[in-house]
Amino acid sequence: MTSSVVSPETTQRTPTATPAAGHATATGHHEMSCPPPAAPPEDLSRLRVVPARHPGRVVLAVGVGLLVAVVLYSFVTNPRWEWGVVAQWFFAESIIRGLLETLKLTVMAGAVGFGLGLALALMRLSKSGLISSVSWTFSWIFRSTPLLVQLLLWYNLGYLYERITLGIPLTEITFFDARTSDLMTPMLAAVLGLGLHQAAYAAELIRGGILSVDQGQLEAASALGIPARDRSLRIVLPQAMRAILPTAFNEIIGLVKGTSIVYVLAHAELFFTIQLIYGRTQQVLPMLLVATLWYVVITSALSVGQYYIERHYSKGAVRTLPPTPLQKARARLARLRPTPTGAPA
Amino acid sequence: MSLHPGTAPHTDTDPHPDTASLGGLVEIRGVHKSFGDLEVLRGIDLRIDPGSVTVILGPSGSGKSTLLRTINHLEPVSQGLISVDGEVIGYRREGELLHELHEKEVLRQRTSIGMVFQSFNLFAHMTAVGNVAEAPRRALGVPRREAEARARELLTLVGLSDKFDVYPRQLSGGQQQRVAIARALALRPKVLLFDEPTSALDPELVEEVLAVIRSLTRAGTTLVIVTHEISFARDVADTVVFMDQGRIVEQGPPAEVLDRPRHERTRAFLQRVRTGAEAADEDPAPTSPPPVEPSPAPPADAPRRPSHPSATALALDPTTPLPRYLTEDHQS
Ligand SMILES: Nc1ncnc2c1ncn2[C@@H]1O[C@H](COP(=O)(O)OP(=O)(O)OP(=O)(O)O)[C@@H](O)[C@H]1O
Ligand SMILES: [Mg+2]
Repeated sequence: MTSSVVSPETTQRTPTATPAAGHATATGHHEMSCPPPAAPPEDLSRLRVVPARHPGRVVLAVGVGLLVAVVLYSFVTNPRWEWGVVAQWFFAESIIRGLLETLKLTVMAGAVGFGLGLALALMRLSKSGLISSVSWTFSWIFRSTPLLVQLLLWYNLGYLYERITLGIPLTEITFFDARTSDLMTPMLAAVLGLGLHQAAYAAELIRGGILSVDQGQLEAASALGIPARDRSLRIVLPQAMRAILPTAFNEIIGLVKGTSIVYVLAHAELFFTIQLIYGRTQQVLPMLLVATLWYVVITSALSVGQYYIERHYSKGAVRTLPPTPLQKARARLARLRPTPTGAPA
Repeated sequence: MSLHPGTAPHTDTDPHPDTASLGGLVEIRGVHKSFGDLEVLRGIDLRIDPGSVTVILGPSGSGKSTLLRTINHLEPVSQGLISVDGEVIGYRREGELLHELHEKEVLRQRTSIGMVFQSFNLFAHMTAVGNVAEAPRRALGVPRREAEARARELLTLVGLSDKFDVYPRQLSGGQQQRVAIARALALRPKVLLFDEPTSALDPELVEEVLAVIRSLTRAGTTLVIVTHEISFARDVADTVVFMDQGRIVEQGPPAEVLDRPRHERTRAFLQRVRTGAEAADEDPAPTSPPPVEPSPAPPADAPRRPSHPSATALALDPTTPLPRYLTEDHQS
């Protein structure tokens, strides 16, 4: 860097940078107000930007940092957390199997939820009153019933309807016939319960996103003769994604943890497995910690995914995309590497 | 048939130009349009000849946008008929009955009627090339590579060869509107509708868009332009239509309607627009020929014949060759 108007030492020493900066501008003004023929043109490249200081932020950061340190310290030093037990079980085979089951449930229920949710959202926006009221009724029912009740209802469907038969009514023809209780495994009940419940919420979420897209986009697409399907899927939805994504990831992260409710069906996902184990070993807190840490891992991975997916869909919506953390780190490295000649040591 | 820049050139004096398919004939007959109790169009009759340039003027709320939007069936009419090259828009006629067309059919009809909006309405999540290529790909099924190659040619024609992969929000208003024009051209429409294409632009950006539209007047496509730019209207229009309160008050060549308006309402409107705009640009010199275009104005009573597009008819930059597909027949 070139030598600057305000020396770095002065700015560092004075706690408030304003007097120093004020002084700098004052000298600049003084030079400029000199009679034009005598004064040499001011070298503007010598001017330096002094970033504004935010003392409040510093205080806050220090406070938060201290708090985090205290909490971490207690975590590490309090023997009751039994970190040894946590480490012993963290990668245990049964835990990993439960974890995979949780992931499987999340993916399947998420797919059902958002797939059906998209269909419901499009139905709700349909010009046909019948179609739109079907969608509304679905959301109404599945948002009003507690998830636990839905899960138990699906699981006990066999009690309500003994057989499930697909055929032509009033004839002998049947394509499919089975005992309901054979079909309705805990897994299926869980996917149906979680998925349909999720769909009701996803529908509203996607509808909101679609409504946030400017009407002119649809009008332009219609005027260009673009078919309705492409208008929805290629013009409106990609732009709605920006509004949908943050909340959608919220929902998915909620779903990951929400799968733990499936323990009522005795389905061996992560949380049910954990309960089985601490029921046997009585090491309740460390086992809950194992579960929590795994949920933290999944949520973190999802958050990273969220960042990049949101970035993808903000193309065109912002003038310039902010650099990714990776790009930032690279840029910082690149700045460090060539030994800066003029920098103050 | 197909026309290439190399075949025998037609001139404006050719008595039987067989290039009429380039521009569509628009017939508007007895069109009424109501929104609830509000009657916005109250019986519009207008014939817009193939390849002609029609400028629609009128005060705010007189129904200009609505009329334009009925032409491509974005607004269905309440009464009356609109046809392009004899094909009724939005309906199938069987004697006294008009059967509403299915959306698919309406979309097909729209591919031959391009529209440019006041607020551009570019697809914000697509690059300039993506915007221009989208309709040919989705509406006509043109393969992606071909559509994008055409899109680049069209963007070059409107002077944006350096902005292919830029998103709309990174473009100036004038540039966005030029992309929108390229997007409308990509379907090779017979008729192009412009709804106040320069009203949303800063004054210094207006001319770059008008220049593009001016270059289109020589390509043979039928143009219908709603604008408040009176001097531009004088410059390019074959017919000027003045609308007020949902009716056509008067129509005719610009020399008549703009300089010797017969109706008091037209006079009052022109007076108002002039005092607003002409204070800024000192001299529109009503009778002097337009400075850029040396070709003589067509006779006032006859609409401009669709001329064979020359190699530079569309190009702002005369060194850019006209893409072959623009000079070929419209999709059949
Ligand atoms: N979708 C609609 N519903 C109800 N009224 C409408 C609708 N569209 C237009 N109008 C009304 O129709 C009338 C004519 O509107 P239009 O947009 O055609 O006017 P315009 O001549 O284009 O005006 P401007 O120069 O301001 O654009 C206005 O009174 C407007 O309020
Ligand atoms: Mg309008």
